[in-house]
Amino acid sequence: MALSDKSRNEAVLKAITANRLRDGEVIFLAPGPDLGWVERLDAAALFEDAAAADTALAAAKAQAEGEQFAVDVYAFDLRVTDGQRVPVKTRERIRALGPTVRIDLGKQAAA
Amino acid sequence: MNHIAPGRNAGVYSYDDIDRRFVAERVEQFRAQVERRLSGELTEDEFKPLRLMNGLYLQLHAYMLRIAVPYGVLTARQLRKLAEIGRKYDKGYGHFTTRQNLQFNWIKLEDTPAILHELAEVDMHALQTSGNCVRNVTTDQFVGAARDEVVDGRVYAEILRQWTTLHPEFTFLPRKFKIAIMGSDADRAAIRVHDVGVFAKRNERGEVGFTFYVGGGLGRSPFIGKLIRDWVPEEDFVAYLEAILRVYNQYGRRDNIYKARIKILVHELGQEKFTQEVEEEFARLRGPKYRLAPEVVDEIRRRFGGPAFETLTDEPESFQAAKAANPDFARWVAVNVLAHKVPGYAAATISLKPAGGIPGDATSEQMELIADLADAHSFGELRVSHAQNLVLAHVRQDELFTLWTALEANGLGTPNAGLIGDIIACPGLDYCALANARSIPLAQAISARFADPARQQTIGELGIKISGCINACGHHHVGAIGILGVDKKGEEFYQITVGGDPTLTTAIGDILGPAVTADETVDAIEAIVEVYLSNRHDGERFIDTLKRVGHGPFKERVYAAH
Repeated sequence: MALSDKSRNEAVLKAITANRLRDGEVIFLAPGPDLGWVERLDAAALFEDAAAADTALAAAKAQAEGEQFAVDVYAFDLRVTDGQRVPVKTRERIRALGPTVRIDLGKQAAA
Repeated sequence: MNHIAPGRNAGVYSYDDIDRRFVAERVEQFRAQVERRLSGELTEDEFKPLRLMNGLYLQLHAYMLRIAVPYGVLTARQLRKLAEIGRKYDKGYGHFTTRQNLQFNWIKLEDTPAILHELAEVDMHALQTSGNCVRNVTTDQFVGAARDEVVDGRVYAEILRQWTTLHPEFTFLPRKFKIAIMGSDADRAAIRVHDVGVFAKRNERGEVGFTFYVGGGLGRSPFIGKLIRDWVPEEDFVAYLEAILRVYNQYGRRDNIYKARIKILVHELGQEKFTQEVEEEFARLRGPKYRLAPEVVDEIRRRFGGPAFETLTDEPESFQAAKAANPDFARWVAVNVLAHKVPGYAAATISLKPAGGIPGDATSEQMELIADLADAHSFGELRVSHAQNLVLAHVRQDELFTLWTALEANGLGTPNAGLIGDIIACPGLDYCALANARSIPLAQAISARFADPARQQTIGELGIKISGCINACGHHHVGAIGILGVDKKGEEFYQITVGGDPTLTTAIGDILGPAVTADETVDAIEAIVEVYLSNRHDGERFIDTLKRVGHGPFKERVYAAH
């Protein structure tokens, strides 16, 4: 798994993530007004400005609490480089894909 | 429900009906709590402390379930159950930890009650593996087997397990509380870096008593445990520990998580004042209610049973012949096999650290193989070491070659116990929600760099310990070479320390210099080893050479290119 970050000049965007309550799966807030969740970062909603991300985060947290679907909801930074969504922090890159020491496991295994 | 028949497995505590009923009730209690969480009756804030009391964490990729292996002792049947759970509910493997427990990394909340139910069928649980309680009491992985053993620490660890479980004063401590017990002259349990470290020993009359060290610990602020009493008679063992915990409960800080461990209390009160407080509390407590009666100790000891050792002699002919005919076997014996208290037997370490492997990981297939080998060669009993290896503690010397052949054929015969390849590493950023940097890839790279068993043996005793954050789950502070992962502006860097020592001559390692990248760290370890080999006197361990020549030559070589 490549963890090098070659995209420092790209704009920093935000996405919203959580773990699914029932099984702990890493999930991302999907685009659209329905506050749906998807399992892959490729399909997640991206936010270009902090205010929009904050609004979506607050709504996602409220939904998570109300519907018992997601836990530990938060926003993180990423860049889009050559069409690939790459989280800024190593932690979020690992979370989006799976452990770097077991590339047969996690979301990366099904990629 | 099938249970282990008392006495079937030598050296493993047999539950009675009270134990089983208690564990079964806890499973059903947690099942109801999970149902209430999933239905929305409980919020996450309400549920989190409840799941933590049952060893269930939320980590990077999924829930992580930490299963208790009391003082690291398992039956073959229990290990098979862990293998089965790994296959059925996880992804076919488990991770043995520095607290002699086992973690599964890919657990579903909705499966957890069923997992705990299956564990209860083999007298296992996940209690006291998380939360601000007395955690799994650890001890020597060679307990009951080592030739240098004076007192069997399992008995007293089990007494503490029973004493601390559900104890109302120990359920909401200021922070987690870790106890280690040793019953030999050597320290193989790192007792002076525990909240309480206990040395079990005997006086001139052969009576059992205990030396108490308090206030040790690693993490953000490492401290070495202070001696507060040299001799506590066996009958006062529980009373004295209760006195320590009462003083901690009364004075320990609850306003700041970073200052809540007992090490901070001992440091701030001072050793003398803390000891005085404990002694005063002990004087109040001492009496019939807290007296540990000899018959209670005897009953606990009886429940462990004991292997039916045969009368044998050391170094039987077939064992000597196998060593002479097979140098690889001879090397494994020299490195991974320890002298046993009973002639003709030996304790064998099964390394879970193959070159380039993930420290402490074992697949379900490996667990089942090891369980079979424990049945065939070690009375159906085995241990988890705090160094993240497994141990078959009672192997006939004339069966060691058969055992090694089976291990070797399945990638489990690595001869590196205590050597540079036997690296302790926390799960790090690959799994852990708290970590700042990855630990496992670095351990893999270092063990691959030093893969040659002959070279490892030439280097000799040299413990490398890696933590992915300042919480120090990889014990880096007490590594002869310690490595701490840090985050510098989003990039992983590693700080190297040298001179740490987890044994009775406990020492916290010193930082060698600025943090370096992962690749530079592997090169730095190589440089440190080269400096050691070029400076050491005959028979001198790394740590002794370091003490003699100082940090200068090591620092100079590591940072020469900077």
